[in-house]
Amino acid sequence: MQRNLLDLRTLGKAEIELALNTAEACKQLFDRPVRKVPTLRGKVLVNLFYEPSTRTRTSFEMAGKWLSAEVVSITAAQSSVVKGESIKDTARTIQALGADYVVIRHSSPGVPYLLARTINARIINAGDGTHEHPTQGLLDMFTIKERFGRLAGLRVLIVGDILHSRVAHSNIWGLRTMGAEVAVCGPPTLLPSGLAELGVDVYTNLDEAIQGVNVINVLRIQRERQNSVYFPSLREYSRLYGITRAVLDRVGPDVLLMHPGPANLGVEITEEAAEDERSVVHGQVTNGVAVRMAVLYLLGGGEHDALVD
Amino acid sequence: MDESRFQPKAEIMDGAAIRRALVRIAHEVIESNKGVQNVALVGIRRRGVPLAQRLAAQISQIEGKECPVGILDITLYRDDLTTIAHQPVVHKTEIPFDVTDMTIVLVDDVLYTGRTVRAALDALIDHGRPGRIMLAVLIDRGHRELPIRADFVGKNVPTSKQEIVSVRLTEFDGEERVVILEAKQK
Repeated sequence: MQRNLLDLRTLGKAEIELALNTAEACKQLFDRPVRKVPTLRGKVLVNLFYEPSTRTRTSFEMAGKWLSAEVVSITAAQSSVVKGESIKDTARTIQALGADYVVIRHSSPGVPYLLARTINARIINAGDGTHEHPTQGLLDMFTIKERFGRLAGLRVLIVGDILHSRVAHSNIWGLRTMGAEVAVCGPPTLLPSGLAELGVDVYTNLDEAIQGVNVINVLRIQRERQNSVYFPSLREYSRLYGITRAVLDRVGPDVLLMHPGPANLGVEITEEAAEDERSVVHGQVTNGVAVRMAVLYLLGGGEHDALVD
Repeated sequence: MDESRFQPKAEIMDGAAIRRALVRIAHEVIESNKGVQNVALVGIRRRGVPLAQRLAAQISQIEGKECPVGILDITLYRDDLTTIAHQPVVHKTEIPFDVTDMTIVLVDDVLYTGRTVRAALDALIDHGRPGRIMLAVLIDRGHRELPIRADFVGKNVPTSKQEIVSVRLTEFDGEERVVILEAKQK
């Protein structure tokens, strides 16, 4: 595997397969009396979060701890960022503290790449603006594969705000690489151009989009990223694109419903649908820890290179 | 390990010798435990696994009792992950029984530095508290770096550190033999 995990766009099929298989072995550790393994003993993992996050940050913390790494979490609101420290300076400080891994979340696309060029620690992108969220993409693929035993040939529908969603972008890249069919559905204003060139089927009508799908991945309406108005009202959005139990029933008994969380219940997904037995909305947390353990393990191998600068 | 830079020096066991050694070890396991009540075999990936399964089959023939067989992957317990060039693939550990209070016979193909066994002991103990852990190996080639010894040995082979002991099993290699490899002359 590469030194850093910055995106799924540049990851090959073999690398994704290796990550998913490793995650399967890691998940198995949760059934043992002692869940912790000594793999990353003495290593330091720094979570550097410039945006709020509960599950991703906690999940990286747990993954690091089960692998015996020392885990430090920094959230921008409590750090020197509020005193005007730049990202590069913060990164160098973290490097000086001896970080072996830096997990970075930032509202600007590309910040993980900047870090990877600046410091020698292994960088994991935990979401950079609207660009990518590779571990979420891996986790979604892991969850799908766990359920269906494969990815190739499955049809996955992503519903909602594709334009602003890093989760959608990572899912599209990863799923296409693994040979799954990908369809997206949402209001025309929230569908970026160029999706068809990636081999993605684009719909604006939910009833047409759900035909023959195996998986529905529902995205959160990200009110914090929408500076202008993309649709008339939440109520209209919910009526046209909201996933309800009736929608699931129209697809069939075997459909898998996913949501990366946190969900706006009653907007993009109803509580009834989220609690349905076809939904894994609440079951994705353990998988997230297993996938992040796999990524930490896979980036950890090999001899350390000479300092970058 | 990259075996392409090595050439065979000597064959130290053929298929019949491997089979006879396993039959003897099976008898020794039964003898030292006065039967196989409460005994389980755990093979260390990769080549310890078929050896453990073959030992279990022998034991069942001799004693008429089945021993449970487990598979241990020690990758996450290795002490050299940050120094080796290519990191190994993590596989599943499959121990479908409770190890607590059991006599566990760890099975591996070659005992060398003892570091694999050290990792296997740690991994096994994280699954519970075995009553006793024993070690069976097909080849003991010396050069220990840790205070570890085998309870059951198929064959003791004096080797130099520059050589490789290659255990070739039908399940992985399509042949049955043990050869010593030495570096090719440049």
